[in-house]
Amino acid sequence: MNSLKTDNILEVDNLRVNFKTPDGLVTAVNDLNFDLAQGETLGIVGESGSGKSQTAFALMGLLAGNGIIEGEARFEGQNILTLNERAMNKIRSEKIAMIFQDPMTSLNPYMKVGKQLMEVLILHKGMNKADAFEASVKMLDAVKMPEARKRMNMYPHEFSGGMRQRVMIAMALLCQPKLLIADEPTTALDVTVQAQILTLLNELKAEFNTSIIMITHDLGVVAGLCDKVLVMYAGRTMEYGLTEDVFYRPTHPYTQGLLEAIPRLDANDEVLATIAGNPPNLLNLPVGCPFQERCQFVEDRCRKEAPVLEEYQPGKLRACHKPINGEAML
Amino acid sequence: MNNSTNTVLMDVKNLKVHFNIKSDNAWPWQKGQALKAVDGVDLTIYEGETLGVVGESGCGKSTLARALLRLVPITDGNVVWLGQDLTDLDKKQMRDKRQELQMIFQDPLASLNPRMTVGDIIAEPLNTFKPHLSKQEVKDQVRAIMDRVGLLPNVINRYPHEFSGGQCQRIGIARALILKPKLVVCDEPVSALDVSIQAQVVNLLKELQAEMGLSLVFIAHDLSVVKHISDRVLVMYLGNAVELASKHALYDNPRHPYTKALLSAVPVPDPKRERNKKIQLLMGDLPSPINPPSGCVFRTRCPYANEDCAKQKPALEKLSEEHQAACIRLADIA
Repeated sequence: MNSLKTDNILEVDNLRVNFKTPDGLVTAVNDLNFDLAQGETLGIVGESGSGKSQTAFALMGLLAGNGIIEGEARFEGQNILTLNERAMNKIRSEKIAMIFQDPMTSLNPYMKVGKQLMEVLILHKGMNKADAFEASVKMLDAVKMPEARKRMNMYPHEFSGGMRQRVMIAMALLCQPKLLIADEPTTALDVTVQAQILTLLNELKAEFNTSIIMITHDLGVVAGLCDKVLVMYAGRTMEYGLTEDVFYRPTHPYTQGLLEAIPRLDANDEVLATIAGNPPNLLNLPVGCPFQERCQFVEDRCRKEAPVLEEYQPGKLRACHKPINGEAML
Repeated sequence: MNNSTNTVLMDVKNLKVHFNIKSDNAWPWQKGQALKAVDGVDLTIYEGETLGVVGESGCGKSTLARALLRLVPITDGNVVWLGQDLTDLDKKQMRDKRQELQMIFQDPLASLNPRMTVGDIIAEPLNTFKPHLSKQEVKDQVRAIMDRVGLLPNVINRYPHEFSGGQCQRIGIARALILKPKLVVCDEPVSALDVSIQAQVVNLLKELQAEMGLSLVFIAHDLSVVKHISDRVLVMYLGNAVELASKHALYDNPRHPYTKALLSAVPVPDPKRERNKKIQLLMGDLPSPINPPSGCVFRTRCPYANEDCAKQKPALEKLSEEHQAACIRLADIA
């Protein structure tokens, strides 16, 4: 697919991630397509096992050893899926950086935070220690770390969860990447801390014009941060479009079910709408639409052929044989 | 629901749970410090109601839950269950009381014994408390409760690892309910589940409550879920109750500055509203419960704090019939 904009920094075409397992081939990501312009934020939402994290790992070249990638992901025109380790290392952190879900396990517990930050600059920018130290302090200040200079000399266990995530964000931004991939960056944090981090991301986005891919299961986070949203289910795209279109006029039964199943602070609902059943086993996907068993509008056709992702209106895509009339539901 | 006509099931007075913590580099003969996990909480649980408990990590909500069932040693205060103080009971008496007080845990898989079949897990409370029942009677009751929580009868001989998170939570619920308890304490029962599954489990809990007349203490960090399921909500911060109110009073008109900040921080899945709302960001981090601030524990992060807040710890004050908050500056904030 091609959007009208030509200044896309990332274009993903038919990305497919397979895993060889003792039980057979598992397709974690199935023909994913999206693109991202400079300064734009894309939200990828889905439940556990929908393939959202594997998409991020595939883009960063961090897939597990048994993973096989097909398709293309062009970053600034260059396919980054076929690059060798050396070339990819150069792109990682300098051009694309990633923030992980659990800030404790992604920092090295044996190294002082300052050293971990400086290492990035020394390795990628060839700075000397003194310059790297100053640049790191500056970046910690930018992510609103109090007493940044003092914190450089501390170990990760001396930080709270929110502070560690700030360190991770600072580390990711040190080389001023063009694209930041955030894999559930606030899931492990409390709401007030989450609000701090999301505000920070919004400010950084405005300041550095960084593009962000935000992977999350929290639709509230997407609503606040993302320009576009891609809804995934069982490795496939269900719906893709501008955040406001998808939230106010969802046309895929899964998107609508997801939006109705969240208990909301801004509504007084007595009974939550549910999506019956459980997510399918990726090893044993049904023929046809992966959502068929939980869909209330299912018909014979859904059980026979998988719906293709089609652009039903400019910039709005969905994969469904029986779409809902896009009525405002909020 | 009208609380005033309901019987009081549990009455908690000035409950304190302190843990003795030794610092890493202390000598063996040195005394440890007290970590004040729960520091003087008063609350009442009425028959048939759901009391939500919210707060961020480290606020003592899980410890409070455990203390209600005396699963942690209680340092001070009383937990009066139907007129009897649980803190006076010895081990054996307490064990008998546990028939009426059950718990559902956060991690659905970890709270089930991996070596027991689903049938055995659900039957265990019956075998423990009602050993006189015949095998057939136990089996019938297990079948009935499994049917009620939405587990198919043919899974009775399977093991927990064969189930998804949502189904494991259903097993946990069946195990908690088979003794027909009066009070069930749910410690973050849905936080490990996906949105679509979470809605199923929340609805199930609500149905079962209405059907069996249960009282629930529902602990969660997700304010939206708590709003959905609770009749009254208790907000905790650093071991203290800061606000206790009926659901509508709390969510429509939060009074304590911490509750206000907490509610404003919850992301709403509505792009326009979410982008235009005003978030009251809290500065800094949660203070250590080993050395909490003097006076009001929230004062170090409170935008309204003045020197009076450091002097005395505010108690929950009645603002209306269904609303209490612990803050000395309420009049200035409103």
